[in-house]
Amino acid sequence: MKKVFSRPRSLKDVPFHYCPGCTHGVAHRLVAEVIDELGIQDNVIGNAPVGCAVFTMDYFDFDMISAAHGRAPAVATGVKRVLPDRVVFTYQGDGDLAAIGTGEFVHAAVRGEKITCIFINNAVYGMTGGQMAPTTLLGQKTKTTPYGRDSEVNGYPIKVCEMLTPLDGAAYVARVAVHSPKAIIQAKKAIKKAFQVQINGLGFSLVEILSTCPTNWGLTPLEAVKWLDENMIPYFPLGEYKVPPAGVI
Amino acid sequence: MARVIFLEERCKGCQLCTAVCPKGIVVMTGSTNEMGYHPATVHEQDKCTGCGICALVCPDMVIEVEREEKAV
Amino acid sequence: MSKILMKGNEAIGEGAVRAGCRYFFGYPITPQSELTHYLAKRLPEVGGLFLQAESEVASINMVYGAAAAGARVMTSSSGPGISLMQEGLSFLAGSELPSVVVNLMRGGPGLGNIAPSQSDYFQAAKGGGHGDYHMIVLAPNTVQEMLDTMGNAFDLADKYRNPVMVMADGVMGQMMEPVDLGGDVRVEIPPKSWATTGMAHHAGKNVINSCLVIPEEMEELNLKLEKKYKEISQKEQVCDEYMLEGADIVLVAFGLVSRICMSAVEKARAMGIKAGLIRPVTLWPFPAGFIGKTADKTRAYLTVEMNMGQMIEDVKLAVCGRAPVYHYGRLGGMVPDVRDVLAEIKNLHEGDAGR
Repeated sequence: MKKVFSRPRSLKDVPFHYCPGCTHGVAHRLVAEVIDELGIQDNVIGNAPVGCAVFTMDYFDFDMISAAHGRAPAVATGVKRVLPDRVVFTYQGDGDLAAIGTGEFVHAAVRGEKITCIFINNAVYGMTGGQMAPTTLLGQKTKTTPYGRDSEVNGYPIKVCEMLTPLDGAAYVARVAVHSPKAIIQAKKAIKKAFQVQINGLGFSLVEILSTCPTNWGLTPLEAVKWLDENMIPYFPLGEYKVPPAGVI
Repeated sequence: MARVIFLEERCKGCQLCTAVCPKGIVVMTGSTNEMGYHPATVHEQDKCTGCGICALVCPDMVIEVEREEKAV
Repeated sequence: MSKILMKGNEAIGEGAVRAGCRYFFGYPITPQSELTHYLAKRLPEVGGLFLQAESEVASINMVYGAAAAGARVMTSSSGPGISLMQEGLSFLAGSELPSVVVNLMRGGPGLGNIAPSQSDYFQAAKGGGHGDYHMIVLAPNTVQEMLDTMGNAFDLADKYRNPVMVMADGVMGQMMEPVDLGGDVRVEIPPKSWATTGMAHHAGKNVINSCLVIPEEMEELNLKLEKKYKEISQKEQVCDEYMLEGADIVLVAFGLVSRICMSAVEKARAMGIKAGLIRPVTLWPFPAGFIGKTADKTRAYLTVEMNMGQMIEDVKLAVCGRAPVYHYGRLGGMVPDVRDVLAEIKNLHEGDAGR
């Protein structure tokens, strides 16, 4: 019999430290599968964030840089400008990219920086223990919004894909999810397109991945995928927000 | 012919795979692995079609899928 | 070789180009603007890249990325901008990435002003960012030296895999002096097998990182850094001396102020006062070894700084109580006058300092 599903080469054979049911692991695998399929493992440089995914540098089996909190798109810019023929990407959570690093990812997109941002939106700060994220939904309870996020106090969840769409430098922007088999298949397609957009020199690409955080949501993994489906997707609609003209990738 | 292999020592018992199996054959074992979780497994291998959906949703790459190659 | 007239800011830029630096990431701030203007024009001429970032925070992290990719890279700024870079400097030190950062100091704290100052001494020489680390800090005092020091800065950065800061004040950036560009430049950039350039370009997987969650491993990194800093401290202390022969009143000053002090020392000598000057060229490592050796022959030290007294602490540590150390400073963008420094020297002389 032939193995039809096993660990991608670009992912080291070590256990993830993530909590049970956390879909970071799925996102990691999809990125690694895409890198394998594009045959770029030896020419890719990843930039790890601060947050749960800081350890991506231990999991991906290719060159990795650990960036300061939120700064991965700036670090990736430095790498890409020195090595324009390499594939450079960031892997960032919502606190990292959409709060402290808002300036960096927006301006990387403004410059049309030929990098790819993999943006994990799980509506909460994971590693620091479940505080409000910029993407925390209204009414969602977190450690720092114990009565639920109140727009009077905390404003509204940030919609990263919608924000990027009008920017001319952003060539590919998509929002996907990893909570169901169908969504995971779509997510991989989007990730692959984002990397292809970079490889073809078309500009900045970002894939927002709606992901679960059962531990900090206070739900079981099965409840968490349901919660994502029922609560996150209505506020953060899935789909391709910006695509290059037909035929270029 | 198809087969799923569960690397039970890697399983964190999240149960995501149990909910997506079209044949409903992925079950949680009563035993405890080294990490302290009850791992998922499949006893009725003969019912497995090798669709790989369990592996697709597994966040910890616990599951490998093998399938008989079709003659072309 | 004929000389050309250059601004300090331009000399730094040309010095960087001649040192093989091909990447500059920065954000506009006065009084270092001419440096960015110069490099924006000059770098494309040599196939390099000048990129204006959205902030100093982004600039220093672009430097981090370019350094990780193995390039000779720099940024420059002044006071408030350098403050924004402190996080990045700590990361550069922790990840051991060679890079050069120029600070053309201005008046502070806060927004301050764009007039010359030396009030970022502590920030540069003592840290500024979080964690146990050091930058090598170089303080030129002529436009010629601003040009020449850049080659040294990049060499030191590569040699020790460490960030290097070149520090001057706003006047030195603006000041014009004749500069000898020297002959053909031959730059030897050492191979960087550790750089994250993609696995096809080196053996195995490279990781640039300062995150070590296991305390034993983090301590190991700290010990490794400490060993490196000790080596730098032993090998790289540099200072100049001026009229130190027989001096019993020794001035200590760096950068622009050292030149004002040279005039004051000359005038004091003409009046029969045995004054001399030590000018630290490296602010870290501080030339404590040389200064310490002068302590037994010196009646009093006078540090002259454009701050409230920052370098004085390092002079005191070097002298270790063997002679009194005084300070004279102008603040907030004011430059000490030769006449006032001379008056301080006379006071010390007449006041029988240290006896």
